[in-house]
Amino acid sequence: MTAMPPRLRAALAIFALLALVPPLAHWIGQPFLIVIATRMVVFAIAALSLDLILGYGAMVSFGHAAYLGIGAYAVAVLSRAGVTDLTLHLLAAIGAAGIFALVTGAISLRTRGVYFIMITLAFGQMAYFFFVSFSALGGDDGTALAARSTVLGQDWLRSEPGLFYATLGLLVLIFAGLYRLTLSRFGRVLSGTRESALRMQAVGFRPFPYQLTAYVISGCLCAVAGVMLANQSAYVSPSYMSWHRSGELIVMLVLGGIGSLTGAIAGALATVALEEGLAKYSEHWRLGFGLILVLVALAAPGGIAGLIRRLKGAPA
Amino acid sequence: MFNLFLLQLLNGAQFGILLFLVAAGLTLVFGIMDFINLAHGVLYMIGGYVMAALSAATGNFWLSLALVLPVTLAVGLVLELLVFRRLYDRSHLDQVLATFGLVLVLSELVKILWGAAPLSVAMPEALAGSIPLAGLMRYPVYRIAVIGAGLGVALALWFVIARTRVGMLLRAGAANRAMVSALGVDINRLFMLVFAAGAMLAGFAGAIVSPILSVDPGMGDSILILTFVVIVIGGVGSVKGAFLAALLVGIVDTMGRMFGPILLKSLMEPAAAAQAGRTIAPMLVYILMAAVLFWRPSGLFGRSVAR
Amino acid sequence: MRRLALSTALIMSMLPLAAQAQEPLKIGVLLTLSGPPAVLGEHARDGVLLAEKTLGDKVGGREVELIVVDDEGKPDIAAQKARDLVEAQGADFVIGPIFSNIMNAIAGPVTSGGAILVSPNAGPSNFAGKDCNPDIFVVSYQNDQMPRTLAEHMNRQGVANAYLLAPNYQAGKDSLNGFKSVFKGEVAGELFVPLGQLDFSAELAQIAASQPAAVYAFMPGGMGVNLVKQWSQAGLGSIPLMSAFTVDETTLPAEQDAAVGMLTGSNWAPDLQTPGNAEFVAAFQGAYGRVPSLYAVGGYDALMLIDSAVKKAGTEDREALRAALKQADFQSLRGSFKFSTNNFPVQDFYLTKAIKAEDGTYRTSVVEKVFTAAADSYVGECPMK
Repeated sequence: MTAMPPRLRAALAIFALLALVPPLAHWIGQPFLIVIATRMVVFAIAALSLDLILGYGAMVSFGHAAYLGIGAYAVAVLSRAGVTDLTLHLLAAIGAAGIFALVTGAISLRTRGVYFIMITLAFGQMAYFFFVSFSALGGDDGTALAARSTVLGQDWLRSEPGLFYATLGLLVLIFAGLYRLTLSRFGRVLSGTRESALRMQAVGFRPFPYQLTAYVISGCLCAVAGVMLANQSAYVSPSYMSWHRSGELIVMLVLGGIGSLTGAIAGALATVALEEGLAKYSEHWRLGFGLILVLVALAAPGGIAGLIRRLKGAPA
Repeated sequence: MFNLFLLQLLNGAQFGILLFLVAAGLTLVFGIMDFINLAHGVLYMIGGYVMAALSAATGNFWLSLALVLPVTLAVGLVLELLVFRRLYDRSHLDQVLATFGLVLVLSELVKILWGAAPLSVAMPEALAGSIPLAGLMRYPVYRIAVIGAGLGVALALWFVIARTRVGMLLRAGAANRAMVSALGVDINRLFMLVFAAGAMLAGFAGAIVSPILSVDPGMGDSILILTFVVIVIGGVGSVKGAFLAALLVGIVDTMGRMFGPILLKSLMEPAAAAQAGRTIAPMLVYILMAAVLFWRPSGLFGRSVAR
Repeated sequence: MRRLALSTALIMSMLPLAAQAQEPLKIGVLLTLSGPPAVLGEHARDGVLLAEKTLGDKVGGREVELIVVDDEGKPDIAAQKARDLVEAQGADFVIGPIFSNIMNAIAGPVTSGGAILVSPNAGPSNFAGKDCNPDIFVVSYQNDQMPRTLAEHMNRQGVANAYLLAPNYQAGKDSLNGFKSVFKGEVAGELFVPLGQLDFSAELAQIAASQPAAVYAFMPGGMGVNLVKQWSQAGLGSIPLMSAFTVDETTLPAEQDAAVGMLTGSNWAPDLQTPGNAEFVAAFQGAYGRVPSLYAVGGYDALMLIDSAVKKAGTEDREALRAALKQADFQSLRGSFKFSTNNFPVQDFYLTKAIKAEDGTYRTSVVEKVFTAAADSYVGECPMK
């Protein structure tokens, strides 16, 4: 067994630091930090799910927020019906997202490049407008959740640390799963389709089933983030699935660095931290945030992950 | 009823031409330079704001409109120099990140300079009012002028691209950048020109719609996505495609909104038809785009898939 | 060591008393301050700030710390900021929000966190009815009341039929339903446009073809500006356009002459003859360079309400504070003002008209009073007594 790859080591370090947040927050008398940390972890899951198709499969989905919304609405619909169990919420979210991803993915994958970006946007917008017209759940206004999901009949998620550790647990599980998946034969074929679909076809792989499978897995995992987002804010609204959110997910991922999984997590944490931090500092925080994004794009190709690789002098 | 149908057809076409004015610049930048510019909507917004500021200062619509062109051209040149030129050779994702950042920066700057309240531009006297069309229905003169301006821009672009030396270089540069460079043409100068022209077109569009639409910090956002829809349906890089797609989007959107519920009523009960119509109306352009891409994965006039 | 601990404990136990005298009153101001509707939030924020200045930087006789936060118009961000204000920063009150959907998202976090929510604008029906809450006070209005005012006016004018226009979202549907619940004439037709639609030429053609006696529109923000600008251009000048949240001091600077003469329903106008109103308008214009709107009035009255209650009851005894708030013992810019059992106002509603004032600004002006001391229509569903 060779030494642990740097990106795996970095991810483990991030997880360990995150796990320390609740006790540290209590210790410095800022328990509210846990709420922000939960949001970071939620978006880390979403960015991670996007990295599978965008980073490894070169499929730039501009409608990924739809899955965030589907996950959130799964919680709202089931809670309305009196089903509060987290496992059932997750299963419903994954099921619904899977079906949506299967249908829209099969159609979208007929296209390439920028056309793929736009057709996924189209499906995202359709989902968005569907929920805007969904009067039973508040339409455009959305709807508040009466309570958070329960686990085995217990309301462990009601406390902030409880929700945080549950979300973090899901993040670690999903990271581990995706890490193994990307190293497997499936992952190598998927990466291969990114480099050259033609060559993959020449060696006997039809890329379509691999790409579609990845697309469906990605959608399902993003719906998991949606379930936790609904729990974190105790609110569900179509704005979760607007194209702005899809754009923000891409920005998080590119900011962190695509195709390393760890970069996705770092990007999501950095984005939420920047938003929270800068907003406290000035009303015009978007100016600073925008400048940072421009500078990263100009000066640090490969995002945060690329920057760190270069700082350490390792071959990029 | 038939009169109304024709009038709505005209309304749809007019909305389409409005979209084309914004889309023309984007499809050039995108198609020729292979550059995803999310900041195009912001350039359109800047056109609107500069127009509002100038017309408030000078009180003259035509003078302001004439001044908007060099100002937005200059904004385009500065942005090209500072940011875009460093991104031509980079991946689409880096371009997305940088231009997304630019959207945030420029929107916030506009807000700091002009505030968040919507601004307005007065209608020029000569183009105010409306003319009778059919029965009680009238049509605003200004909108006829917008249609005229859109057709003018379309013609001018066609002429430049198809009939001039610059146009030829552009076509060649899009196909094979190294080749054109080898011929001793400064391709970077050429790109700078295209980009600045694209910015000016967006600014012109923002200025010309300002008497009809409100000038506010969200105006770039709301037009950007529709613009992308138009150029993708038309096929990236094709001005002809953008023109036809813009008309198609405008007409489908307008006609669907108005006559969709009527059609649905013949299929289902009125309340359900009204509900379904309202649900589907805002999705129509996206359904249209998905359908076009389903049958023509590179848009109507796009080059076949090049990866 | 033990002695040290003991003395610290002693000091700590005395602290609350000492702190109470000095610790400033903390008030979170949670409004939409970015994106296209930011101007509404800015008006409300400036209203709050002007009230603070008027009170000599003291609220309820205490030092005050106002914490202004932007909810970005996103419910999940708003919920999180609300918790930050209440849980991390210890706000006693939260003034906000502008929009109904945000209200639904923050009501829980604010009230369960132990703070009191005072809404300067949003007044969704659920909080007036079944979800009414002893810790939520709405100083503005219930959303339906503006359209009801216009419908009543049309009834009095004997308007035979009206065409209705609203964006296709919850507030739009509520608005049209509120209108229809009062309007006695015939509904010539109703159109719901997609949220964020820019161009109204198709709708205007439809209306021109139908030639109704009047049009009622609910078209907030930039959509309203576009509608009003396109209205007269389309040659519809002969049909009266009466609207709610479409023509006010936030949109008039952009609508200008196109809106002059248009009628709207409101609970306030700059020229309303009430004690202190003229001074408020002048002070607001002087400080912020624009004519105040009903959003600014909401912010102003919200802080004045808090001031009156804290003066009376302090913040320690929650029941006493609630009772003092409910008395609404402050001078509202709207004149007579009290709360119904659901903590929504009982107030007058007016027909107002857009005018160009002598100083060149555009503003609304009172035409006539339509409802006197009106409560909302959901108060019966509220279990609070």
